[in-house]
Amino acid sequence: MTIQDQIKQTVEQNDVVLFMKGTPDFPQCGFSGRAVQVLKACGAHFASVDVLADPQIREGVKQYSNWPTVPQLYIGGEFVGGSDIMMELYQNGELQKKLGEAAA
Amino acid sequence: MVTSEDIKTWIEVGLPGAQVEIDGDGHHFNAVIVSADFSGKNRVQQHQLVYQALGDKMKAEIHALSMRTFTPEEWAAQQRA
Repeated sequence: MTIQDQIKQTVEQNDVVLFMKGTPDFPQCGFSGRAVQVLKACGAHFASVDVLADPQIREGVKQYSNWPTVPQLYIGGEFVGGSDIMMELYQNGELQKKLGEAAA
Repeated sequence: MVTSEDIKTWIEVGLPGAQVEIDGDGHHFNAVIVSADFSGKNRVQQHQLVYQALGDKMKAEIHALSMRTFTPEEWAAQQRA
């Protein structure tokens, strides 16, 4: 299985998954930390992938979404955005809606 | 070291006609970008246009860039709010 297949499987098998630097308990970058905080504020259950643990995933996920930075949030298999977009969607209530639909 | 002015110039070259404001400390930058090219695109696609303008610089020179993107209409509405 290629890295791209592996990433596809990860985002399709988890309702909500965050690719991040570090772990939710120990984020290794401010943007990843902020992304975790936003998801927690929404009360979301989410899977996470630490891209620092695997350089191939770290590069691969950037190609997968054509997005050069991490964190990256996927809901229902769809790329939602990075931490700036997550924050904006949280502030206007759309993130809570998307997360609610994914959990339903 | 990368300056706010560098990033502003790179984005303006890649997105002609865009209004770009950047503040930053050489490591972390905050950008507000208003461009007619954003019309009809969702937020992800808008940010992708900015990343495209910055190209490989996102991989090397720029460590942390936070951005907010607006179409001219959204920007006008934001100013009134």
